[in-house]
Amino acid sequence: MAGAFWCIVEDDREGNPKKVMAEVLGEASRLAAQMGAQAEAVWLTDKAAPEGIKLLGELGAKRIWLCEDPAFVPYRGEAWTAVVAELAGKESPQAILGPVTTRQRELMARLAARLGAGLAADSTALALEDGKLVATRPVYAGKLLSKVTWARVPWLATLRPNVFRPAEPQAGASAQVERPTVSIPSAMMKLVERKEEASTGLPELAEAEIVVSGGRGLKGPENFVILEDLAKVIGAAVGASRAAVDAGWRPHRFQIGQTGRTISPKLYMGFGISGAIQHLAGMRTSKVICAVNKDPEAPIFKIADYGIVGDLFEVAPLLATEFKKLLEK
Amino acid sequence: MKILVMVKQVPDTATQVKVASDPRAIDTTGITWIVSPYDEFALEEALRIKEKRGQGEVVAVSLGPDRVKETLRSCLAMGADRAIHLLDPAWETADTLMTARALAAVIKQETPALALFGRQAIDDDMGSVGAQVAELLGWPCASWIMEEAVDEAGKAVRVGRQVEGGLEVFDLPLPAVVSAQKGLNEPRYPTLKGIMGAKKKEVRDVKAADLGISPEPPALSVTKLEALPPRPPGRIIPGEPADAVKELVRSLREDAKAI
Repeated sequence: MAGAFWCIVEDDREGNPKKVMAEVLGEASRLAAQMGAQAEAVWLTDKAAPEGIKLLGELGAKRIWLCEDPAFVPYRGEAWTAVVAELAGKESPQAILGPVTTRQRELMARLAARLGAGLAADSTALALEDGKLVATRPVYAGKLLSKVTWARVPWLATLRPNVFRPAEPQAGASAQVERPTVSIPSAMMKLVERKEEASTGLPELAEAEIVVSGGRGLKGPENFVILEDLAKVIGAAVGASRAAVDAGWRPHRFQIGQTGRTISPKLYMGFGISGAIQHLAGMRTSKVICAVNKDPEAPIFKIADYGIVGDLFEVAPLLATEFKKLLEK
Repeated sequence: MKILVMVKQVPDTATQVKVASDPRAIDTTGITWIVSPYDEFALEEALRIKEKRGQGEVVAVSLGPDRVKETLRSCLAMGADRAIHLLDPAWETADTLMTARALAAVIKQETPALALFGRQAIDDDMGSVGAQVAELLGWPCASWIMEEAVDEAGKAVRVGRQVEGGLEVFDLPLPAVVSAQKGLNEPRYPTLKGIMGAKKKEVRDVKAADLGISPEPPALSVTKLEALPPRPPGRIIPGEPADAVKELVRSLREDAKAI
């Protein structure tokens, strides 16, 4: 349907949409409704699970453009871009939205170049003003907010996870499934291998609703176990400051900040983190910020909603115990 | 092997950034400018490829006003052989796509085997230009790479791309675009000899007309920059650790409803 708000599906590689798709579809539906249009999903995968298709419908997708082919796994920019661009050329969507993930950041950029369209990457708010989309994006290490707008359609944007209100699944709502014929160019890139990260059993940093993070105050890699114990109690992901990563205490994929991940959880808890600007750049859009630091002058207390001036080695285990009591109630 | 490294000049993270009288721009007075950190990883990688192969040329390319010369000199001091400065008033309003078109045109002229980018610039954090250049050139592209090895024949590059939950290793035929993620390497500091030598190296100015392109209006425009709304004042919870923790947990549950 022309004028639709498309959502590019990010899946778990087992045929089910990731949790973040509720946020993208929720936002797409809200915006589309204001323009008398509908939200639709575009899903490139090797195999979609029936329950995955059902979930997209319940989350508000009125139609699913489902392209199933082994060539879509692993993600390769040249193949995906050509297919989404071909579909967009035929169907003329009003907007193409997706979550911020490593591959969608690349895909959307390529797609924007192919379509000659604008892309607002890592947006934290979208709004229609006089019938035109305006995106809000944090810039300059999160010190400023930039409002951007598009010269023409389609409007392309990637959405920061955990910022947009997720759609509530509507039981019984279902999407019309289209299986369009598309031409898939042969990929130039060849997969050699995929190295899986050892699973921590904790949520992924970018998507986690609660993040517990440690810095130099932890004094050594062996002490991260204190934070992991706390994280397990409250279902949090564990992150680290640049200081902790540069010291070799945690792999880089756990780094929060300007040269790491940008996160926006419901609750962020920093332990032994001073709060350098470059760290704040990666977490200042968190909804509730909580800090534990020995130094009452630590800059992180300036942006924290709650702070405890104290020894993290004492406070973190106490927190784990208290949370456990609370959650067992 | 010729390698082009695209770099962007950005304000130092620690610099105060204020909105200018034109609300779409920042006030550049007193700003310390640096090479965007991810671009330094890209440049370092290019220098390592050249050193490993014992031959080749590394060219630093940047788009921006006069002050960008300083950034290009830093790249030359680190070891780049020459530099290209895309300098034209027509690019003042450049969005990522306009920038990508200019860079793609330079890359077409220079015909390198590899075009290296940082995964994003730390000023506007768009992270789009590398992939857009690849699309415009029809080249393969791997973003957020943590490992890289060009094969001996100089025909392909093996890269490890960071993705959620792991690392995907790909072979890309050259020419290709790759963008550097932190962890790829540890960039070197320029030596005194490097800094002195940089003064003698070529920095060539290139205008839009030299590339045979006429810049189009931007596809995406900034309408306004604004300061972050202040967070409501926070609360330091006093008392003995055990009491403070109890109060914190209660507040997170009952007041903030965060857990």
